[in-house]
Amino acid sequence: MRLRLAEGTAPVLVVLVALLVGLAIAGPAYDSVEGYLALLKRAAPLMILAIGQYFVIVSGGFDLSVGALVTAGVVIAARMIDGQESATAWVILLVLAFGLLVGLVNGLIATKLLVPSFIVTLGMLLVLDGAVFLWTGGAPRGALSEGFRQFGRGSVDVPVLGEVPYSVLILLVILVAAALFMRSGTGRALVATGDNDQAVSLSGGRVDRLRLLAFVLSGVLAAVAAILLGGFAGVSAQVGEGLEFRAITAVVLGGVLLGGGRGSVVAATAGALSLEALFTLLNLLGVAGALESAVQGVIIIAAVAYAALGPRTRFRTSRQPAPTQ
Amino acid sequence: MTITRKLAAAVAAAALVLAGCSSELPAEDPPAGGDTSAPDATQSEFFDQAEYERQLGFRDAQPLGPADKPWEQMIQPEMVDTTQYKKAGGNYHLCFSNAAVNNPWRQVGFTTMQEEVKLHPEITKFTVLDAEAKDDKQISDIQSLAGQNCDAIIISPNTTATLTPAVEAACEAGAPVIVFDRGVNTDCPVTFIHPIGGFAFGANGAEFLTEEVDAGGKILALRILPGVDVLEQRWAAANEIFSESDLDIVGVEFTDGDAAKTKSIVADYIQREGQIDGVWMDAGATAVAAVEAFQDNGVEVPAFVGEDQQDFLRMWVDEGLTAVAPTYPTYQWRTPVIAALKILNGEEVPSEWVLPQPVVTQSDVDQYVAEDMPPLHYAMCGCEDMPGYPEPWK
Amino acid sequence: MQEKPLPVRATPPEPRTRRFALTPTVIVYLALVVLLIVGSVLVGLRGGVLLDQAGLLNIFTRATALGLVAIGQTIVILTGSLDLSVAYLVGLTSLVAAETMAGQDGMIVPGVLLALAVAAVVGLVNGLVITVLKANAFIATLGVALILRGYLEHNYTGPAGDVPRTFQHLGYDRIGPIPVAALLMLAIAAACWWFLTRSRPGYHVYAVGGDIEVARLSGVRTRRTILTAHVLCSVAAGFAGIYLASRLGSGAPYVGTDAVFDLESIAAVVLGGTLLAGGRGGVVGTIGGVFILATLDTTFDALAVDPFFKDVVRGVVLITAVALYARRMVGRSP
Repeated sequence: MRLRLAEGTAPVLVVLVALLVGLAIAGPAYDSVEGYLALLKRAAPLMILAIGQYFVIVSGGFDLSVGALVTAGVVIAARMIDGQESATAWVILLVLAFGLLVGLVNGLIATKLLVPSFIVTLGMLLVLDGAVFLWTGGAPRGALSEGFRQFGRGSVDVPVLGEVPYSVLILLVILVAAALFMRSGTGRALVATGDNDQAVSLSGGRVDRLRLLAFVLSGVLAAVAAILLGGFAGVSAQVGEGLEFRAITAVVLGGVLLGGGRGSVVAATAGALSLEALFTLLNLLGVAGALESAVQGVIIIAAVAYAALGPRTRFRTSRQPAPTQ
Repeated sequence: MTITRKLAAAVAAAALVLAGCSSELPAEDPPAGGDTSAPDATQSEFFDQAEYERQLGFRDAQPLGPADKPWEQMIQPEMVDTTQYKKAGGNYHLCFSNAAVNNPWRQVGFTTMQEEVKLHPEITKFTVLDAEAKDDKQISDIQSLAGQNCDAIIISPNTTATLTPAVEAACEAGAPVIVFDRGVNTDCPVTFIHPIGGFAFGANGAEFLTEEVDAGGKILALRILPGVDVLEQRWAAANEIFSESDLDIVGVEFTDGDAAKTKSIVADYIQREGQIDGVWMDAGATAVAAVEAFQDNGVEVPAFVGEDQQDFLRMWVDEGLTAVAPTYPTYQWRTPVIAALKILNGEEVPSEWVLPQPVVTQSDVDQYVAEDMPPLHYAMCGCEDMPGYPEPWK
Repeated sequence: MQEKPLPVRATPPEPRTRRFALTPTVIVYLALVVLLIVGSVLVGLRGGVLLDQAGLLNIFTRATALGLVAIGQTIVILTGSLDLSVAYLVGLTSLVAAETMAGQDGMIVPGVLLALAVAAVVGLVNGLVITVLKANAFIATLGVALILRGYLEHNYTGPAGDVPRTFQHLGYDRIGPIPVAALLMLAIAAACWWFLTRSRPGYHVYAVGGDIEVARLSGVRTRRTILTAHVLCSVAAGFAGIYLASRLGSGAPYVGTDAVFDLESIAAVVLGGTLLAGGRGGVVGTIGGVFILATLDTTFDALAVDPFFKDVVRGVVLITAVALYARRMVGRSP
């Protein structure tokens, strides 16, 4: 347990705690559980996207298509449901299946046709952005049902905690599942693939399948994020704009190495929550919106620089055998 | 580095040397864009007292023309002669350089324009180039249209200052040029069509809040993004009115037009301020998300300024909100086609064709709700009586 | 022009291929020719002409700004890096140039030089963050892009500055159907081609991108090479900003991001056959990629294709092209 936390998780948790303390001081709403639940609810879609992005990044790739996939998911759902409550269930399955399909295509092109994932998912971004609006004629059509929106908007009464948003519960389930998965043999092989795919391949691991799995997971989780975001805020053509970069930023903020092979999924999720907490804090402090992105830029550079320069010093101080994995 | 430096000098030198060959640059004679654009372009404060008062004056003026066809109405027109463009016999080739169709407003408008073209059999060819919101592409597009034997060129500029030279070049190509929506810094187009404007839009919303909200009430202003002239004008007018009122503007925030971000910002303000008494928005795309933020926080929805999107109008009626919806009517997309035909017929048109800019209020909101239309459809499209309605807009 | 897409030093020699090897560069230009023919036929069927004076002018004009950015992007990608800050940098340099010029002919040269200097500094920062702070290029340049965005959003509310008429000739003059600026872009491309294939620092670019450890062991100053590449990339983006300022008559903060120069330039580079991982490819292929994108755009406009459909085609073309190159590379290597 200690080893697992030590691998890059500690710094982001420190940052997160600092931000949460900052929030408690700056905002009167953050002295109660509800305030933090509201923050979690808001952050849930990004945290889920970060989990998906983590799988791809840790195995050595990028997924730039998730933002466009989120938009596609919401637009497809709105058009297919078209306000009819009865359509909710199968449309949710459809959106999830669509995410799975997109992930599968990304993964197959990246592994079988040997196209770098950056290019595959960039192409997919263009295709999705174009195709969805070609289909709907430029603007979203139809409407989401109340049932569909419940997942992103509603909450359920939980003893002790009070009203807990569905999205927070969904997030927790996914996070626990992801953490367990990363402890399994497959999860470890995924990280090893990002570290040194030839070694994995020589020791009998199926590198292509592992990478494919990462893209599929990312696609499905992006579809989940689409359901939550569509539920939270309704139909919009811009819902996914820029989310791919934000998710990658979140993962990197969590100390995960771009290029793969190092980092924990819990840290990546914490990175996403930190990012969202940071935005909220800046907003509460009244920092001008324009400077927000500059602050974000400085922070991610600092985070990566820390992650890149930090381990070397750690290596020097403790020459434990097998410091990675 | 030395190579690049030398090249830099060469760029300027070569440009001068080669200037003699041939150029798409419009001749200097009309007031050149570079000169006139300077004061506007560098002005960071968008408030313009004279224009503000002019627009408020337009609101009270009686428009000329058929009351049931506001897209043909004009406010205080100064007519210009167009006999030089008269071209008998129909068989017209109309050309349109569109800034983009990247948002629902433009989508509804462009659909309406295409349907308007279908109404006129004398238009036999309608060429459209979409600039995809890129200034540089629109400049090329306009150049390209200038060489395509268009009988009239309609331009919806992506930005004002930067497209002025291209519009001037199009004017010199000979065909009549019609500009609508956003203006340019030149008067070479035959007519410039636009609704009253951003100041009036912003003022309508702000005045509503000063009437509905008690003195000292807390107002949250939500804006999409800075730097867009049309939106800046809306806020400049609202800011002017708020600053003279007793209302307390607790925040001015940019939402990027993102519903989720809007909802989060509003929720933050509800928590921070305890109570919000009114919300002013510079565009209604995320109005529903903002209303939902109040609902989800279990707070009563305060007085709201939205726009004429169906989703907001429906919510307004269903929830019994206290609201107002200034509009930037999409029916203005019909007018350029009508104007082009008038010009080709040699009929007079106003040099500045100011269209009425209706406001949806508590008393008439019911008549604008259309349950079967998409949530982001704009009610003020003036398209309900067109032959194909409603299929193309769905 | 012929190009040696392979590093001359520091990488193992490629096995000799047959004389008319289908290198990615050759494929790009073949594809461009096929595209021009197919496009001409399709446009012809609709009763138009694709490659008339106006059509050529359009293609060249569209290729100019993207071409400039993509030339720079090629150099950084060849070193195995990448630059996501170019889109905001183009906007920033257009403003620096236009505001310095402020409508006066005498300020043209200072305006151009200052814009290029600002670009060089941004490139230097990118390079330093990558080499000294050891940040991944993706995040480093994304971070710098966000900082530039913050600066632009905080200080500008729209177009600013004023380019004197004399300088606007750069954006509008042409020789026959070919804009002067496009010729200058091609000249810069040629200079970069020379730099990459004929100069020592150019060899180093390929060496670093091929295998940075091998390059370091064989005495290449990898840090300096990456720094140089980033400075050159930003300067090229600076040229694009200056060109756009002359075209627009003023500086515009969002001219680069509206055109999505960051992702589009990367797309053009890989479409041109340069390996995203670095070490292989070159400017000649990139120019081919840029002209493919410009021709696609012009053809679609002539065919009145829905703009959303263009994105779909661009995405498919990008993936297909890179898949094709990847196959050939696998086929050739033992």
